[in-house]
Amino acid sequence: MKLEMGTGTALRNIIGRRFGHGWKRPFSTATCDVENQHSANANTNAKSINLYSAINQALHIALETDPRAFVFGEDVSFGGVFRCTTGLADRFGKTRVFNTPLCEQGIVGFGIGLAAMGNRAIAEIQFADYIYPAFDQIVNEAAKFRYRSGNQFNCGGLTIRAPYGAVGHGGHYHSQSPEAFFCHVPGIKVVIPRSPMQAKGLLLSCIRDPNPVVFFEPKWLYRLAVGEVPEHDYMLPLSEAEVIRKGSDITLVGWGAQLSIMEQACIDAEKDGISCELIDLKTLIPWDKETVEASVRKTGRVLISHEAPVTGGFGAEISASIVERCFLRLEAPVARVCGLDTPFPLVFEPFYMPTKNKILDTIKATVNY
Amino acid sequence: MAILWRRSRNIANRIRKCMNKGFMGCAVVNQSCWSSTFQSSSLSNLRPVPYQNSRYLRSLPWSRAALFSVLRSKSTVAEKQLDSFFSSDSDDDHRSLDFPGGKVTYTSEMNFITESSRMRVPCYRVLDDNGELIMGGDFQQVGKDVAVKMYSDMVTLQIMDNIFYEAQRQGRISFYLTSTGEEAISIASAAALTEQDIILPQYREPGVLLWRGFTLQEFANQCFGNNADYGKGRQMPIHYGSKKHNFITISSPIATQLPQAAGIAYSLKMDNKKACVVSYIGDGGTSEGDFHAGLNFAAVMEAPVIFFCRNNGWAISTNISEQFRSDGIVVKGRAYGIRSIRVDGNDALAIYSAVSAAREMAINEQRAILIEALTYRVGHHSTSDDSTKYRELDEIDYWKMARNPVNRFRKWVQNNGWWSEQQETEVRNSIRKQLLQAIQVAEKTEKPPLTELFSDVYDHPTSNLQEQEKQLRETISRHPKDYPSDVSV
Repeated sequence: MKLEMGTGTALRNIIGRRFGHGWKRPFSTATCDVENQHSANANTNAKSINLYSAINQALHIALETDPRAFVFGEDVSFGGVFRCTTGLADRFGKTRVFNTPLCEQGIVGFGIGLAAMGNRAIAEIQFADYIYPAFDQIVNEAAKFRYRSGNQFNCGGLTIRAPYGAVGHGGHYHSQSPEAFFCHVPGIKVVIPRSPMQAKGLLLSCIRDPNPVVFFEPKWLYRLAVGEVPEHDYMLPLSEAEVIRKGSDITLVGWGAQLSIMEQACIDAEKDGISCELIDLKTLIPWDKETVEASVRKTGRVLISHEAPVTGGFGAEISASIVERCFLRLEAPVARVCGLDTPFPLVFEPFYMPTKNKILDTIKATVNY
Repeated sequence: MAILWRRSRNIANRIRKCMNKGFMGCAVVNQSCWSSTFQSSSLSNLRPVPYQNSRYLRSLPWSRAALFSVLRSKSTVAEKQLDSFFSSDSDDDHRSLDFPGGKVTYTSEMNFITESSRMRVPCYRVLDDNGELIMGGDFQQVGKDVAVKMYSDMVTLQIMDNIFYEAQRQGRISFYLTSTGEEAISIASAAALTEQDIILPQYREPGVLLWRGFTLQEFANQCFGNNADYGKGRQMPIHYGSKKHNFITISSPIATQLPQAAGIAYSLKMDNKKACVVSYIGDGGTSEGDFHAGLNFAAVMEAPVIFFCRNNGWAISTNISEQFRSDGIVVKGRAYGIRSIRVDGNDALAIYSAVSAAREMAINEQRAILIEALTYRVGHHSTSDDSTKYRELDEIDYWKMARNPVNRFRKWVQNNGWWSEQQETEVRNSIRKQLLQAIQVAEKTEKPPLTELFSDVYDHPTSNLQEQEKQLRETISRHPKDYPSDVSV
């Protein structure tokens, strides 16, 4: 994983104020405080930490900078089943960090209500596999809250965090990547970080974004991914994809944990003289078509990879959009290397997954088309 | 704390132990401190409490100690049935077990709690069917101004429903749904609240908005989806919302508002606001998962919400006998640790009193309250329904005429000398005129401009939306006849 450093930016103390009946809160927009990822600053304090610690830091900062931020969900009080919420209840108290009953539709519905009153409601769903009872609240309520009210009301302060993706032994119900369901919903944003440093900055942006956001955290990386993470308060922009590896022969697009697999494939492909450009989408909706299109115009080839089953996966949306925009430039069909159209299996996980070699084979096939 | 009722020494001991451990389960305590501000049934005469202003009750100093957690409503008949199950003559000291959740007595007698009490939970009412006060009842007095406003708003709601319903039939609006038969519920409950209390409606409570001052023109604008509609023409008719009236925009999915109500109430709690949330639901809606989620969350979070269930007997064509097997909704409160009451939903004074009391408890004790109002849906479910297909005309007629909540309240108001036949005619004519006028104006008002199709999806339009707007405008210029002329592009 590429080491990332960021410039120090002024600590932004975001204290909400209440206006009128208490509906309005000034939200910072995610485009502020953009971290310049490519320049190192010797004055930045950064520590090498893993993904769950980075998330934990983001949550600490979110609660510290906004007295009306709340963290809630199943088991968050003692620190959470993945330790993302460690220390929050002790530091900020039981009225701001609390366990909820075991009921996802209740967690999200409650969160919508809290957010409608101008609070920052950070809801945790224990596993993305269990988010479906909340699907009605997310799709029919959160996503439409502002639109249907003519902007009299909104629940922009809502952020829903959930661990997603393969973990090696998760089977059907601890490995799912449900992002595609949510990418079909106008009114919400879907964000997926690839690393600790990205996670902290993106999560803070999601929390402070004035729209409801679903933030999927790659659980595989909670302990496994370790990187330099600046200790201060910083935000990374939403809806901006990032070219994390420059290349000229083929564009690869992915998100989350899959990027590290794709990067290994890129490294192997380089040995065969294929120069790969790798893009982290980061925000799936609204997604940054411009960056991907610019890359495809350069390379003429694109390969999309995700763990979720290939049929109806988000790769299909990217593929269709790229074909619309870059048809005459394409040298080969858009390739997708994804999970199989099966429930996520246990002993068959290594066969199900879009592995480095599947990607490498497809890179070569696409380049040699 | 006084225990007014004892069946045996051992019951009292058990109760005391439960109380000491802060466990609310098995005790029945009849002392209700809130009733001290009401007329008590122990008085043989009705002693009217002087009515100063609509907020006098709220200004009374409440003793928190007096409102110690085990307050009960007066109605305890059903409770006695249940609690007899727990009575025993044995000394319970060494017959108790420790488990997560507290101590429980054990027994070697195998007894299942019956699926229902022998008697149904009684229904609280203040006025009889002739609009006469029932002697010896508890109720909160309503003064002339409030009563007259309540009555005339009920009349306004009735006429508004008739006229908008007709407008839909004439093809002038696409859809409508009436509150016919349930006018007392929305008006009287709204009257018992303050403007700071936040409303999360289902969809059959426009009376609450009406009470709060939403104008007939504003109602008409939403139904026509014109440029003056606060919702910007995005939703079907009757999906009102008004920030200035603290009335959250209606959405069609059933019961989704209930867990949201818990969240909003939690926010009020964090703010230490002297306000509560009132969320409405029908009998059908209580079968939704969100009902369970909403009540459970509100109870656990100790959030000041009043869950108001309009049990009108029908969920479109589904009678309540096909909806649940419990004794209505009121008994479900206890399953969540929520205090609950059943009221006569066609009795404006009963609703007013119950909601007033519920509000005090919700705010002062920071807890959820459940109110089940029994009523009848006189109208069809909506303009898309013909209820004569699944129920008897006689039944509908009976409720429309003999059990009419508006007429019933009118009698009480008239008997107090606060209303006359002449006022009735004047008000009805005036409202009718205003409504027809409002409809005319709303019909002629332009629809919102095309930009409002794309705004508010997010806080500001995203690039995909900007792109789509551009493409759409190109299409419109090529094929203008495909598009309605009352939306300016």
